[in-house]
Amino acid sequence: MSELLDRSIGDIAALLARGECSSVDLVQGLLHRIDSRDGDLSAYVSVDRDDALGQAQRADKARSEGDHRDLLGIPIAVKDILNVTGQPCTCASRILDGYVAPYDATAIARLRDAGLLFVGRTNMDEFAMGSSTENSTVGVTRNPWNTACVPGGSSGGSAAAVAAGEAVAALGTDTGGSIRQPAAFCGCVGLKPSYGRVSRYGLTAYASSLDQIGPLTHCVDDAARILQVIAGADPLDCTCLDVVVPDYRAALGGDLSGIRLGLPREYFVQGIDADVEQAVRGAIQQCEALGAEIVEVSLPHTEYAVSTYYIIATAEASANLARFDGVRYGLRAPGGKDPIDMYGKTRAAGFGDEVKRRILLGTYVLSSGYHDAYYVTAQKVRTLIRRDFEKVFESCDALLTPVAPTAAYRLGSVSDDPLSMYLGDIFTATANLAGICAVAVPCGFTSDKLPVGLQIVGGPYQEDRILQIAHAYEQSTEWHTMKPER
Amino acid sequence: MSNYEPVIGLETHVQLGTSSKMFCGCATDFAAAPNSQVCPVCLGYPGSLPVPNEVAVEYTVRAGLMLGCDINLYSKFDRKSYFYPDMPKNYQITQYDMPLCLAGAVEIDLNGDSRVVRLRRIHLEEDTGKNVHFARTSGVDFNRAGTPLMEIVTEPDIYSADEAMAYLQALKQLMLYAGVSECNLEEGNFRCDVNCSVRPVGSDALGVKTELKNLNTFKGIHAALSFEIDRQLNLAASGAEIHQETRRWDVDAGITATMRTKEDAHDYRYFPDPDLAPIVLAREQVDRWRDELPEAPRARRVRMIEQYGIPAYDAGVLVAEKAIADFYEEAAQSSPNPKAVSNWVMTEMLRLLSERDMQIAEAHITPAALAELVGLVDDKTLNSNSAREVFGILFQDGGRAADIVEARGLTQVSDEGLLDQFVDQAIADNPDSAGDYRDGKTKALQFLMGQVMRLSKGKANPQSVQELLRSKLGG
Amino acid sequence: MSPEPSQPGGAEIDVAYVAHLARMHLSDEEIARFQPQLGQIVDYVRQIQALDTSDVEPTAHAIEIRNVARADTRREGLSADVAMRNAPQSKDDFFVVPKIVE
Repeated sequence: MSELLDRSIGDIAALLARGECSSVDLVQGLLHRIDSRDGDLSAYVSVDRDDALGQAQRADKARSEGDHRDLLGIPIAVKDILNVTGQPCTCASRILDGYVAPYDATAIARLRDAGLLFVGRTNMDEFAMGSSTENSTVGVTRNPWNTACVPGGSSGGSAAAVAAGEAVAALGTDTGGSIRQPAAFCGCVGLKPSYGRVSRYGLTAYASSLDQIGPLTHCVDDAARILQVIAGADPLDCTCLDVVVPDYRAALGGDLSGIRLGLPREYFVQGIDADVEQAVRGAIQQCEALGAEIVEVSLPHTEYAVSTYYIIATAEASANLARFDGVRYGLRAPGGKDPIDMYGKTRAAGFGDEVKRRILLGTYVLSSGYHDAYYVTAQKVRTLIRRDFEKVFESCDALLTPVAPTAAYRLGSVSDDPLSMYLGDIFTATANLAGICAVAVPCGFTSDKLPVGLQIVGGPYQEDRILQIAHAYEQSTEWHTMKPER
Repeated sequence: MSNYEPVIGLETHVQLGTSSKMFCGCATDFAAAPNSQVCPVCLGYPGSLPVPNEVAVEYTVRAGLMLGCDINLYSKFDRKSYFYPDMPKNYQITQYDMPLCLAGAVEIDLNGDSRVVRLRRIHLEEDTGKNVHFARTSGVDFNRAGTPLMEIVTEPDIYSADEAMAYLQALKQLMLYAGVSECNLEEGNFRCDVNCSVRPVGSDALGVKTELKNLNTFKGIHAALSFEIDRQLNLAASGAEIHQETRRWDVDAGITATMRTKEDAHDYRYFPDPDLAPIVLAREQVDRWRDELPEAPRARRVRMIEQYGIPAYDAGVLVAEKAIADFYEEAAQSSPNPKAVSNWVMTEMLRLLSERDMQIAEAHITPAALAELVGLVDDKTLNSNSAREVFGILFQDGGRAADIVEARGLTQVSDEGLLDQFVDQAIADNPDSAGDYRDGKTKALQFLMGQVMRLSKGKANPQSVQELLRSKLGG
Repeated sequence: MSPEPSQPGGAEIDVAYVAHLARMHLSDEEIARFQPQLGQIVDYVRQIQALDTSDVEPTAHAIEIRNVARADTRREGLSADVAMRNAPQSKDDFFVVPKIVE
């Protein structure tokens, strides 16, 4: 049973279909694993056992009555930022104390319709603001490969749960790298879809023009299966486009002959950890060996990406998080003399340091006298960054880059230095700014036995293309089969 | 103090007559139980997203066309940051630098003169919730939050409280004509912020202005503005400084009072709402809406005077409400006597509507039935008393006038033989009155006529009766 | 109240004022801690002002979108009862807040 949990969704689905295991078996196995391992890792914020077992029983019953949906009865973990009816959604913040979601996010509703089960909610940086999952009021999540290290963030709980076998798959969200970077740090697959590919309805907004929901999984095939379910237009999200959703798994298989992969020279510069660079270079050679043509390209505005990202993301966040005021839901601090005083006390008590810093920065860059110099300029630089990508995708099918300049770092090593943490988003935030898709796949280890991720970046709505490349690479290596020691 | 003049600009919030809210599918019904028309979107729940109501966009454009605005084919929504308990997201979705409509004008009539109030812009936005006050706390009802509003902003083109009134009345009439709002003041469909300043007569510059917030009755706007103009004129006359501030109208005290000063002005931090797509209108669509515009009330009045030969006063009353004017025209067009049709609409119709607090659409009388009724009077089939009775039945139950006349036997009696009998009997029964008349007391004739009408059960042709009485009494 | 920023350029962000705009009652300790951190971040992000962007259109959306709207139809929402369940304080189906003084 234990091994079952480390297998792909496809394998598990086949076993369920053949009656060789039940959904209740799976969920019990998962709960057992969570009991035995999550004490050290804290990947989960909450696990509702009875509810999970109830869902599993219903799935088994449905199957026995002839329900043959592919993914019926498969459990998935959910980042604590997505609304699921009847569950809390704390965003790892005190300010959402007591809030119970009265509705399902669209991605959740689609997974539910496809027969998946929701076992628990995973830890994250508060409101997805952070790259280490240390900014959580619930406590830090640890990296399953080395519990002295961070799992990355902000979807660190989802990545750690998948890597540790505490989840078959998980949903995360990615605003500047929050799926890909923890996937890389924890040695799993993490996909950030193109902006507009997956509905954001029910995703508690951090930065509305950058946020996307995506899967963290054991392998590329699993990522394709989850994306298949959650992708596609939604009448409840104006920014989720009505673009055909291809059969993502149909694209998988085959080698890389005829595919042109670009290496952006600005992503291979000083400051990258040598082990990381070595692993990524190895992956590039492997892709070449699989038939890809490798060309060097340039994304000249890369050096402005972190600034542009932090101005736009925090500006949007300052408005998105204004709604947390203690009136309609969540925390209310006592002693407010009038509503405005109550807001000030509630928001001071409810938000953590990093969220406060970002609200302050975002308020500042939108404020009278600074708006044009910061916010509008950043929007213009965003245009330049988009154009950089448009240009390279005229000659390349996809780009290969590191996910992050380093592998997982030690807990506490950047928590007092926000700017240095921000700089770690350099290779990932660009895809969010440009609205394009990217996937992180395991591509080796550092000398400290920490996983390294390869990022494959594709043009808008080119998820099928990058998944195919990721799959070809993955299947030619053993990295994705390696599990942390227990 | 007469060497200063007031200058006024109005920002009018007009609630659009949509069935659902601006960005979600919640109902917009008035006076529903508190927080019974809410959802995650209009409560500003985490994760909820706005999706704009296409009819609200259409109505705003139609309103703009009605007011002669330039329609921006590219416009967008912005977030305006403002913390207040009735604001669910603590930002309002509105339109900042690219509103749907620019410029435009409203023609107003005042004391026989007419002039133009220029408009600056019209933008589309969402309404806030409503606050109520308990003993030691306040309560918030979000039913109204997210209701679509148009904000119609004038240039500082208004120079008195009476002009402001005339503008608002004209604007309301135009919005009713455009069919974009119920314009129901009691339900807060029409709310005003007023900017007011004074300047030396002859000056082109604007003085320091105050803003009066959230006035929602025409009477209140007039009273608040009259007070504020006087206050500022007095300050100016005494050489005192006028401060830039927001002032509140205190209905009970009948004064305006400081609400907040410029020092605590807000920093709204506008930026384009990333959750919403820009609105890109097709020129052909806008042209189609323009083609569908109803005739404006002022033009219609002029045409109706000409076309139906009715007095200017009548035409003014009839066009005041579009549905009344539509009814009138339909009836008038199928009658050879449009003046008589106008009399019926202006007297009986408006009286019954007002007595019963009804809209014309709720009355059962059809324009064709009214035209028919006028014909029956004109050809002397009905006398006026019976005609009023028939009108009442048509109003209440509908149907054809001739059928009602038939069923109730109301056909006027003009038959000489029958009338002769009635007249003879009336004279015989009332010899004193007959004598009075012969003695020159002409009033007695009225009494005798009444007796004849009674004998005929109201159906006698009054003109014939009068002639007969006169001849028989030797008058 | 604000301490001297760590770098000269950081002086332009006034954390106490911005916190007031954002309706967060920060403690003096927090203001003292955030001031140099944010000063440093502002100094860094200011680098974009070095680029010549005078002829560049701003990007508000990551993708081209336009005219996404819905029909004017009603959709069931939340009952007052469900809405009140999340309310920190409520009375008679109103959300209760400290007394609003206008």
